[in-house]
Amino acid sequence: MSAINVFQQNPGAEAKAQTPLHHADLASLVGKGRNNAGVTLREKKLLGHLTLRGDGHDPAFASGVHKALGLELPVALTVVAKGETSLQWVGPDEWLLIVPGGQEFAVEQQLRNALAGLHIQVVNVSGGQTLLELQGANVRDVLMKSTSYDVHPNNFPVGKAVGTVFAKSQLVIRRTGEDTWELVIRRSFADYWWMWLQDASAEYGLSIEA
Amino acid sequence: MLHIFCPHCGELRSEEEFHASGQAHIARPLDPAACSDEEWGTYMFFRDNPRGIHHELWDHVAGCRQYFNVTRDTVTYEILETYKIGEKPQITAASKASAAPSTVKGLGEKV
Repeated sequence: MSAINVFQQNPGAEAKAQTPLHHADLASLVGKGRNNAGVTLREKKLLGHLTLRGDGHDPAFASGVHKALGLELPVALTVVAKGETSLQWVGPDEWLLIVPGGQEFAVEQQLRNALAGLHIQVVNVSGGQTLLELQGANVRDVLMKSTSYDVHPNNFPVGKAVGTVFAKSQLVIRRTGEDTWELVIRRSFADYWWMWLQDASAEYGLSIEA
Repeated sequence: MLHIFCPHCGELRSEEEFHASGQAHIARPLDPAACSDEEWGTYMFFRDNPRGIHHELWDHVAGCRQYFNVTRDTVTYEILETYKIGEKPQITAASKASAAPSTVKGLGEKV
């Protein structure tokens, strides 16, 4: 066993927590804006984000991940999900695991137990990034304005996930449904993305869900 | 704008997602302490500046964040192939010279 100091980093529900978009006060914007908005934005708040690294070609690693999570390791540029848990390919030896808030400590322990003895890394990065969900008929138009990556359905089927250049910065785009997309954004850029997305979706109408 | 084939992502990506990191295939001396100042300085600071085929290290910074190698023609900026770290280039200055230019093939393409 490694001597990694694994501990509960989530202070629990009784502690006051602020999301990266706390200052935007999204809750106060619910129901405002145009009817039949083309874009609906929701922050998927305070989830557990874990970076998992290991050798994807090692069958022991793949089966250990499957044993711990019940998910197969996704191949390049894809994301797989089971319920509220998703596992995304980030690089040839790196995956992003997103679990419901509060479960990250238990899941990390499950992973470490299932992968004991292997050369792996699990890091809780929940505080460093957040997830925005964009839903609606015009989301693809907003994305097309923001990134040079081809988001046409022929090139970007449901279940694909890519890291790319977006509005002069970098983020991860995930397509989770026909008209549903997710953006994995860095905490320090949250305000920038919030302002960018408001501006880019203004012509289609933007509505907020809490 | 070039489209560059990332060998890890397995698809063509926009040039702005990448960062060039200089010459590839620079072997670190196995025993740095045994190097003369000249040997160490050559390893550390001196780089090739060829006219024509050049093997380079590139980083897919905005995507999978992995390094990989590129064979590029410094005259035309044409990227002839990309390959993973540890692999050997298919196209070298020697092979290019012996083959007709029109037979050069690679994963990178001009758009």
